[in-house]
Amino acid sequence: MTTTEKMTLAGAINAGLRAAMERDHKVVLMGEDVGKLGGVFRVTDGLHKDFGDQRVMDSPLAESGIVGTAIGLALRGYRPVVEIQFDGFVFPAFDQITTSLAKLHARSGGTLTVPVVIRIPYAGNIGAIEHHSESPETLFAHTPGLRVCTPATPQDGYDMIQQAIASPDPYLFFEPKARYWDKGDVVRDRVDAQLSAPDGALAATAELGLARIAREGADVTLVSYGPTVRLALQAAALAEESGVSAEVIDLRSLSPLDSDAVVRSVKKTGRAVVIHEAVSTYGAGAEIAARVSEQAFFHLHAPVLRVGGFYAPYPGAKYEHDYLPNVDRVLDAVDRVVAH
Amino acid sequence: MDAVGPLSDDGLVGLLNHTGERTEHEFFSPYAKDLTPEDLRGFYRAMTITRAFDFEATSLQRQGELGLWVQSWGQEAAQVGSGAVVREPDFVFPSYREHAVAFQRGVDLPQMLKIFRGLQHGAWNPADHNFHLYTLVIGAHTLHATGYAMGMELDGLVASGDPARDGAVITYFGDGATAQGDVNEALVFASVYNAPVVFFCQNNQFAISEPTTRQSKVPIADRGKGHGMPSVRVDGNDVIACYAVTNWAMQYARSGAGPVFVEAFTYRMGAHTTSDDPTRYRTKADEEYWAQRDPIARLVTYLKAIDELPDEFVESVDEEAKELTRRTRELVRSWKPGPSVGMFDHIYAAPHATVDAEREWFKRYEQSFVEAH
Repeated sequence: MTTTEKMTLAGAINAGLRAAMERDHKVVLMGEDVGKLGGVFRVTDGLHKDFGDQRVMDSPLAESGIVGTAIGLALRGYRPVVEIQFDGFVFPAFDQITTSLAKLHARSGGTLTVPVVIRIPYAGNIGAIEHHSESPETLFAHTPGLRVCTPATPQDGYDMIQQAIASPDPYLFFEPKARYWDKGDVVRDRVDAQLSAPDGALAATAELGLARIAREGADVTLVSYGPTVRLALQAAALAEESGVSAEVIDLRSLSPLDSDAVVRSVKKTGRAVVIHEAVSTYGAGAEIAARVSEQAFFHLHAPVLRVGGFYAPYPGAKYEHDYLPNVDRVLDAVDRVVAH
Repeated sequence: MDAVGPLSDDGLVGLLNHTGERTEHEFFSPYAKDLTPEDLRGFYRAMTITRAFDFEATSLQRQGELGLWVQSWGQEAAQVGSGAVVREPDFVFPSYREHAVAFQRGVDLPQMLKIFRGLQHGAWNPADHNFHLYTLVIGAHTLHATGYAMGMELDGLVASGDPARDGAVITYFGDGATAQGDVNEALVFASVYNAPVVFFCQNNQFAISEPTTRQSKVPIADRGKGHGMPSVRVDGNDVIACYAVTNWAMQYARSGAGPVFVEAFTYRMGAHTTSDDPTRYRTKADEEYWAQRDPIARLVTYLKAIDELPDEFVESVDEEAKELTRRTRELVRSWKPGPSVGMFDHIYAAPHATVDAEREWFKRYEQSFVEAH
């Protein structure tokens, strides 16, 4: 019997981690404060108590060390899930992630796999101090060998963390921290059944690369992911009041990028606006605009527009409302593509 | 020679001095006492063959057959002495100059040159040899070694109650690497998790052109001490001492006592790589001083003195070396690159849409030239 539970995004990821650890005893967690404290966002709450020191390891305060040792554990046959405490602190590990983790499968000619999952609470809108609100996802999506995904809903939080852990490839798992306490319905059975099947890991990896239509529409495609999915849905609801029907795509994955889903939608609507918190310049929106122009140029009624973070360091919290995409800026972009 | 500091020979453990005389060390001598003359001849063979291969690879680079070569010349004792200790289920994480360890682990040395001919980035399956791929990112692999050792501990391969079953990890790196954050983080992780890993630093006195004094103000082994692990300085050109110290260190790690730091003080007799020019930063006199301390020469002197190096054995090793270098030349010259579409293989273990799309595009692109003709 399928049951539906109400969970927060943080609670759903926690439940997903627990399910993954129960399914596979090689799954181990590591990171700063992930043990007794349960992580600064409590995403690993209760796991240390139930799985013990050897499965849930508080790590030294050294991000490169966390990822580097996780690679070694993966080479030994473990499936480490590590937490980088905040987005802005992933950079000490950038070398390990891009030069070792991303490349080991290829440089070994396919003989080695390194199924490490790196969880990163990311993005802003939480009134935080410097380095605690950033969106560095594209830096990793730009690196062949890594997979990058980000859930926007509790259901995806529960499903995607387990699928990422089951995948034979390394994952950067970006968690939109401003959405951690949003509640939604979660059904456990479907992904549990998928991952219990013999080819479950490959099916899970394939599904994890697919975008989701969060709302159907006819006039404009709003492409979003992670923290901006809710924003896009809000903008779509408001646009409807002025007679514009917006389709909202939740990309879910940045590597691979489900451009087919975007192109299909744009062929229908003829317009696209990409919304992300990350800096627009050289961001995911630029990639999507390029792919849309390559694959759907003659369906476009207007240029693809981007609504993202400005090319400025993330400002103090009192200014983030103007730095980040907001409903007004999204609607402004919608107006411009519709009026074109 | 500095009186103190990272280029000093103070406190080096030695069991075979540079004139080939066997000496004793109160603590470490027992860890070499199982070595038979046959073992020592095995060391001679590994060192001699690796050096012959090393010189052959240098020649092949000079002839344009390789893009680059990284010599192990001068460091054979440090590598052979330590590598000889490794056994199942131990695991080695080398940097990129550990050709003699590779040889001992059964890697077919000529295959390694695929890396330096620009054909592939890894040239053996680590699982076949308990010998991980070379890592060119300085020090990065010391963290992989530490994580692997943590995994061995989780797997119950340390302090199992049966010393023959226990395992440990040994990771090789240079003096330059000790300045890297990753090496220092590896020391932190290894010590606080009590991981069974031996950090084996070959202090060959140079990071390309920079002397060890630019990496450290104190002897390199002091880095281990600062992390609360036993740290030993050993004469890196003394194959017997390197064996004894590593033998002890691996037993210590396998027993669950924790990590160990070993600094093997040696000398890079060749250049950093075939792209380097040591005449710009070191003197002939320095090179001659260290040539007197050649790790192979002193072992030969000793084995001859105890009448354990018959001419037939030396000749057989020479023959084996000649055969290897001949085979190396032949193989290297025969290697042609495969189809370029192979660059899309193994980027991911599971299918990836972007890779698949680009692979298909590239195939069509290549096919378009075929059709045009």
